[in-house]
Amino acid sequence: MPTIAPIDTGAHVEWAGFIGDTPAFAMTDGAVVLVSGGERRIEIAGGITCAALALDGSALVTGGENGAVNSVAGDGAARVVREGTGKWINALACGPGGAIAVAAGKNGAVMPHGGVPADFTCERTIEAVAFAPKGLRIAIARYNGVELRFVGTQSPPLFLEWKGAHIGVTFSPDGRFLVSSMQENALHGWRLSDNRNMRMTGYPAKVKSVSWSPKGKWLASSGAPAAIVWPFSGKDGPMGKAPKELGSMGQTLVTQVACHPVEDVVAIGYQNGMVFAVRIDDGKDAVLRRGGAGAISALGWDRAGRRLAFGCESGEAGVVDIAG
Amino acid sequence: MSEQTNAAAGERVPVTVLTGYLGAGKTTLLNRILTGNHGKRYAVIVNEFGEVGIDNDLIVESDEEIYEMNNGCVCCTVRGDLIRVVEGLMKRKGRFDAIVVETTGLADPAPVAQTFFMDDAVREGTVLDAVVALADARHLLMRLKDSPEAEDQIAFADVVLLNKTDLVNAEELSRVEQVIRQINPTAEIHRTERANVDLGKVLNRNAFDLQRILDNDPHFLEAQDHDHDHECGPDCDHDHHHGHHDHDHHGHDNHDHHGHDHHGHGGHKGLDARIHDTTIGTVSLVGGEMNPDRFFPWIQKITQADGPDILRLKGIIAFAGDEERYVIQGIHMLIEGDHQRAWRETEKRQSRLVFIGRNLDREKLERTFAACAA
Repeated sequence: MPTIAPIDTGAHVEWAGFIGDTPAFAMTDGAVVLVSGGERRIEIAGGITCAALALDGSALVTGGENGAVNSVAGDGAARVVREGTGKWINALACGPGGAIAVAAGKNGAVMPHGGVPADFTCERTIEAVAFAPKGLRIAIARYNGVELRFVGTQSPPLFLEWKGAHIGVTFSPDGRFLVSSMQENALHGWRLSDNRNMRMTGYPAKVKSVSWSPKGKWLASSGAPAAIVWPFSGKDGPMGKAPKELGSMGQTLVTQVACHPVEDVVAIGYQNGMVFAVRIDDGKDAVLRRGGAGAISALGWDRAGRRLAFGCESGEAGVVDIAG
Repeated sequence: MSEQTNAAAGERVPVTVLTGYLGAGKTTLLNRILTGNHGKRYAVIVNEFGEVGIDNDLIVESDEEIYEMNNGCVCCTVRGDLIRVVEGLMKRKGRFDAIVVETTGLADPAPVAQTFFMDDAVREGTVLDAVVALADARHLLMRLKDSPEAEDQIAFADVVLLNKTDLVNAEELSRVEQVIRQINPTAEIHRTERANVDLGKVLNRNAFDLQRILDNDPHFLEAQDHDHDHECGPDCDHDHHHGHHDHDHHGHDNHDHHGHDHHGHGGHKGLDARIHDTTIGTVSLVGGEMNPDRFFPWIQKITQADGPDILRLKGIIAFAGDEERYVIQGIHMLIEGDHQRAWRETEKRQSRLVFIGRNLDREKLERTFAACAA
C-alpha cells in the first residue's frame, strides 16, 4: 500500500497536482496550498472557479468569480494575468508557449504569453475551451456543437455541429481527434481529417472528467461506476469498438480520471472518496486511497508519475507516493 | 403555513425563482429578501447586474441559455446557464443557505423550473421551492395583452405578488386580481406595495414538494364544500400588510373573487371572458376514487400528447383501496407523483386535478378523466 500524506484544505478542491515539483491544491474559496517542507497558503482574491496547469508545469493558472485570471508559481509567487470583468470565468485552458484561453459567458479571449490578448465573442455561452496540440487552434464547446477557431486571426470559426449541449472539449494528443462531453450523458467525437462523427454513449451520468493516455492511445472518462476507457489508436478511433470498463465499483460513480504521464495506467477517483490505479491493458488494479468523507474532485500526477495528488469536495486532500 | 425550516427538503438547497415583467418589482423584492431579518444567506443568480445595486456576497451574473434536451421533445428545455452556475455554487456550500434566481422580464419560467428536475447534479444539490411572480397592478392588464410571456409567468407561478397596489384604485385592483385568478386559480396572491410582503409567504413554500404540495392552498382541498364566505386561511393576506393605507377594497368582495374560481365544478370561467381574453385557461377535474391501472396510462398519455400546452398541473388522487393520498404535479411533460399521507377520516376521498395551459380541451379531459374512475 502506497503512503498518503493527508492535507486538510478546508474547501472544495477544484484542482490538485504539481506546480513544478511542488504538490499543489487549488480551492474554490481562492486558496492555493503548496506543500513543500510545510504547507503554504496563497489567497487569490475573487476565489477560483476553474484552474489549469501551464503546459510546461511551471505555474497554475486560475479563473475567479470576479472574472480575473491569476497565476501561481511553484515558489508561491502569484501574479494577476488579467483583471476581472466581474463575471465568473467558466472556461480556462493552457496552451503551448504559455498561452491561456479563458471565457466568461459568451466572451472569450486567447492571451499569448507576453502578447496582446485576442478577444472574441460566440453566439452562445462558451462552456469549455481547449488548445489544439500545436496551439494554432482552439476548440470551443457550446450548445449544438463545437467551434474551431484559429488563434490570432479574424477568420470565421469552423462549426462542427452536433445537436445538444456540449459542456467539455479536448483534443487528442496527436491532434487527430476532437472529443466533447455532453449534457446528455455522452461523449461526442470528430475525426478532424474528415469531420466524421463518433458517438460514445451509455453513461449513466454526465462526463465531468476525461484524460488521454500519454501517447493518446486511450481516452479515459468518468460518469459511470467504472472508468470508461475508449480506444483511439486505430485510424477510426473508437468507432465500432467497445470501451474498456476499468475499476468497476458497482455502487459508486467514478468522478475523476487522470492518466499516468508515462505508463498506460489510469488513476480513478470515486464518489465515495476512493482512489484506484488501474493498468489499462489488463485491468490490474491497486488501491491508492480507501475512501473518505467526500467525492474525489481533482487528481493530478507529477511529471515522473511517482506521486499522485488528490482532492475532494469535502476539502480532504493528499499526496500518494506510489513507491511507498 | 409558512414554516421557516427546510427540514422537509433535507440537505438540498432551496431555490426561489422570481419572475415578472420589467418594472414589476423583482429587484425590490430581491433586495427585501437579501436584507430581511431571517438569518439566512442567499446566493443570487441574476441575468444582468442591474442598475439598482444589489449588495450581496454571492451574486452571479448569468446569460439566459435555453438548451433543448436532445430527446426529441420540444418542451423539454432547461436553462444551461443555471446548470453551470448551480454546479459552481454547489462547490461553495458554506457560503449560502438558499438560492434566488431572478429572471428577465421576458423569460419563460418553464425551462428555469425544469432545470431543477431534469439535471441530475442540480437535482441532487437543490430543490425548487417556489416560482414567485411579481405583477404590476397598474400595468399587468396591458402587459397581458401584448406579451404571452407575462401570461406564462402568472400561469406558472406558485405565488403572485400583486405589487404597486397604491397606484390603482380598489376597482382596478380587484379586476386585476380577478384576471390573475382566472389565469392561475391555484396560486397564492398577495397584494403588496413596493414588494413589501412577509417573506415567509415567499420563501420556504415547498410548492414543488410532493409531501407539501397544495397544503399551502386550503382552497384546493376544500373547494367542493366551501362557499363564498369562506374562512380566512392562515395564508390569506387580506389585512396583514395593508394596515397603513386605505383598506376598503379588502372587504368581502375581494374574498369572493379569491375563492370564486377555485370551486368551479369542473372549472368555469364564463364571466372572465369579458374581463380579459387570456389564451391560458384552467381545467379543474373532480372525481371519486380512481383506478390506478387506468389513471397512470391516462396521465402519461395526456402529458405526452398535450405536454407543450400544459404549463402546470397539480392534483390529489384517491385510488381505490389505497389508504394514502396520492399527489401529483407536473410541468409540461414532466410529471412526478407520490403517496403523501393517509386520508383523514374527516376528508372526503375524492380526486382533484387542475390543469393550467393553452388550448386545453376541457371536454376531452373531463371525459377521459372520468373514464379512469374505479
